[in-house]
Amino acid sequence: MSSTSVLGGVVRRREDPALIQGGGRYTDDVKLAGTAHVAFVRSPFAHAAVLSIDTSAAASMEGVVAVYTAADVEHLGLLVAQAPVGALRPLLNNGTVKHVGEAVAMVVAEDPYLARDAADAVEVDYEAMPAVVDLKHALSDELKVHDHLDSNLLVSWTGPFGADADALAEVKAGIDAQKSRDGVVVVTQEMINQRLIPVPIEPRSVMADYQTGYDRFDIYSSTQIPSALAGGIGKYFGMALNQVTVKAMEVGGGFGCKLNVYNDEILVAFASKQLGRPVKWTETRREAANSTIQGRGWIATATMTGTTDGEILGFELEGIADMGAYSQNFTVAIPFLGVFVGSGQYSFPTHWKMDCVVTHTMTTDAYRGAGRPEAAYYLERILDMYSRKIGMDPAEVRRKNYIPASAFPAAVSPMGFAMDTGDYESNLDAALESAGWSDLLAERDAARMDGRHVGVGLATYVEVCGFGPAPLVDLGFSWSEYQMPSAFNGSGLVRVHPDGSATVSIGTGPSGQGHQTTWAQIVGDGLGMDVDRIRVIHGDTEEAPPSIGTFGSRSAAVDGSACYEATRKVRSKAAKIASHLLEASEEDIEFADGGARVVGTPDSSVGWEEIAKAAYQPHLLPEGMEGGLEAHAIFSPGNATWPFGTHIAMVEVDTDTGDVKLLRYIGMDDCGNVISPMIVDGQIHGGIAQGVGQAMFEDAVYDMDGNLLAGSLVDYILPTAADLPSFELGRTVTPTDINPLGVKGIGEAGTIGAAQTVVNAVVDALEPLGVTHIDMPLRPRRVWQAIQDAQA
Amino acid sequence: MQVSMSVNDRQVSKKVEPRTLLVHFLREDLGLTGTHVGCETSYCGACTIKLDGKAVLSCTMLAVQAEGADITTVEGLARNGTLHPVQEGFWERHGLQCGFCTPGMIMSAVTLLEENDNPSEEEIRHGIEGNLCRCTGYHNIVQAIEYAGAKMRGEEPAPAEWENA
Repeated sequence: MSSTSVLGGVVRRREDPALIQGGGRYTDDVKLAGTAHVAFVRSPFAHAAVLSIDTSAAASMEGVVAVYTAADVEHLGLLVAQAPVGALRPLLNNGTVKHVGEAVAMVVAEDPYLARDAADAVEVDYEAMPAVVDLKHALSDELKVHDHLDSNLLVSWTGPFGADADALAEVKAGIDAQKSRDGVVVVTQEMINQRLIPVPIEPRSVMADYQTGYDRFDIYSSTQIPSALAGGIGKYFGMALNQVTVKAMEVGGGFGCKLNVYNDEILVAFASKQLGRPVKWTETRREAANSTIQGRGWIATATMTGTTDGEILGFELEGIADMGAYSQNFTVAIPFLGVFVGSGQYSFPTHWKMDCVVTHTMTTDAYRGAGRPEAAYYLERILDMYSRKIGMDPAEVRRKNYIPASAFPAAVSPMGFAMDTGDYESNLDAALESAGWSDLLAERDAARMDGRHVGVGLATYVEVCGFGPAPLVDLGFSWSEYQMPSAFNGSGLVRVHPDGSATVSIGTGPSGQGHQTTWAQIVGDGLGMDVDRIRVIHGDTEEAPPSIGTFGSRSAAVDGSACYEATRKVRSKAAKIASHLLEASEEDIEFADGGARVVGTPDSSVGWEEIAKAAYQPHLLPEGMEGGLEAHAIFSPGNATWPFGTHIAMVEVDTDTGDVKLLRYIGMDDCGNVISPMIVDGQIHGGIAQGVGQAMFEDAVYDMDGNLLAGSLVDYILPTAADLPSFELGRTVTPTDINPLGVKGIGEAGTIGAAQTVVNAVVDALEPLGVTHIDMPLRPRRVWQAIQDAQA
Repeated sequence: MQVSMSVNDRQVSKKVEPRTLLVHFLREDLGLTGTHVGCETSYCGACTIKLDGKAVLSCTMLAVQAEGADITTVEGLARNGTLHPVQEGFWERHGLQCGFCTPGMIMSAVTLLEENDNPSEEEIRHGIEGNLCRCTGYHNIVQAIEYAGAKMRGEEPAPAEWENA
């Protein structure tokens, strides 16, 4: 790092001036002459035969351009998924619909109002059939969701990873053998980790502009994966990657739900190509709820076996995860991510099994955390119940069972994964000190003496992110369907222009993570260049080399590292040029203050303007050196990264109403090195809010007929500013050794740590009343009912 | 129908279909795409504008209902290249991430501070309760509004949290 390092410093975000003045360009803001607009006709039934579709009335309406049904698009095939397990989604369905919101027809009209009118005029005759919604019902196979599949059960993910049936049985038998020993307690609880709707505030939006004659597409989409979308569009229309440009400009939040190539994106492209004009579709909030992917949706029983003095002898998790009707991008892979962190940051034997089943509901896929919040929830809830059972401080029980810092760098989790770096005990201590743990408990006890129901909850987590390396690919999850290289590499290109300014082009698809700022910091640091001289281009497949995209807290660790490596290459060449211009030894060149200088001789310096000028005029260069000053780097990480942390919450429950008030929230997170403390803290704030949202408010509940009862923001309740306190954050820093920046990733950590922290606190508050568990979300009625039940 | 109003100090008069929502009139007819549509049910607040001095949701109001109104959108806040203190606060205190809720959030904050330029944290939190943000957990939005309040009172804002770290 140079002497003017901006890494770790605070740089105001470069994306903000546009966004705070209404100048941000989101997909729905793009206007092209002659654009037609799409509205979809969607099934109101979870399971129904489509007997007939009559589009004649709609097609004859003034301003309607076209109406398409399955017959028009069947030749394109089904929607591709990375994990070819289960049933794939038809682009439009005229057979048997499998969930409320499934698209059966697409209307194109001159304006969005007319398109909606015409969609309402499409007459579809359905014959409704019973739906499978309950997960245990689904697993019974009493009623199958897809006739062509053998079972509703698609796959069972087990841990330890790689263990065969015999080895799994051995782990289980080992834990079971402990249960009957003297001085051993067993705590078991079935818990629901409910379905959630991601709800970025910007609905998804896509515009396709097929250019007749040029035979190419410009696709504007609110997506986290621009490169994969370009490949996906290309696949459907038999086009090469250089015939499709995807532009993901500003993306108004993603949280995983924009990490899919959706059927609507393919359909809008299809319509544009058919009609030879731009076609746009922006989803309504109801469509965002019923036809954009959802997350979570697990029911599982957790069992903790341990001694009365806090030595845990085994953890078991067995349950069912809801895949929804169709497999999309990652769908069945999500619970597998839970296997990675199934044993958390602990050393005890773990036996883990999740059955992935289909139901007549919208597809589930990656929602912030994706498998890891669920895994952490079960582990940390049952650990808390066990601590309570043996009457030990929950912090001390955790401490006693951690993988010790001394186990690194060779640490392997009980689930069978090599972990990069970790120091869990120091992080726990920092959190306890920051929160004033013993004072907090004393405050709680004093409040209780006053008749108040105050509780304190603690949870720790380890995350796996920064994908990443091979294991997922080995299991058959790859991006090859989207014409992408299958490994999850990072890619960055740095170019110094003839005037000494620079551009970094990168294939990430951020949705608020501040990449305009962070990549400029990385490049600026490496080149000793002011960040204001560096332009960042992302989300544009014409400008940037392909990358897998922005998800799984991977951008900084993987693509950021590629940026770093490309910068290093540019600096290396620039050092040769500078040494030539300054007549100094290359080893003595350093970069700072907008150029190169000779170490110890500050007067002997040359600015980037002169270096660049020389770079583009070969006669000014050292003999034999090629002109130009740019470099591309691919970064392939050797492992995922494993951030970790400790969260603590204090709550108060009004037992008359069941209302929960979050009084304090303390986060102590460790994501390795920090490039921008401001941005990292912001990610944690938002992550915590989403975890608290799950704990207290959000519930994508379906009734037994498969109707989504929380299909708008009226009934899908998000936390507001008034529901949350200011967060108290601190950090420990344990750099990773698997990338040159030492960064681990922070996009999902807050969410992975938060839900169980809040539930642990609420249960702590209600412990004197005999409450041992309440399923999320802890809305007043449910909390009140739990109190009544415990008192009965 | 013909509809006339003042938008960001500019008198506009346009013919619209009677059912045109005000937010679509602003975005599509006037090209002011800073005002966003997030939910269509008046729960998210992304479409908040200032109408006759009050924070109003432009997605649940017809353009024709704004006949004769005085409207300010996020595009009309900065004056002669100088950001409004609330805009400055959002930038200085990292009060936005994806930026999609930001215009509506800023408009709510502006009207909040016009009514009370020294709100408590609780008053701020309740004041922006009608605006959903999915990225920030509201933490830095509160800081941004406190910053703006200080500026509007002519005081020096408290240092950012990361400056103390």
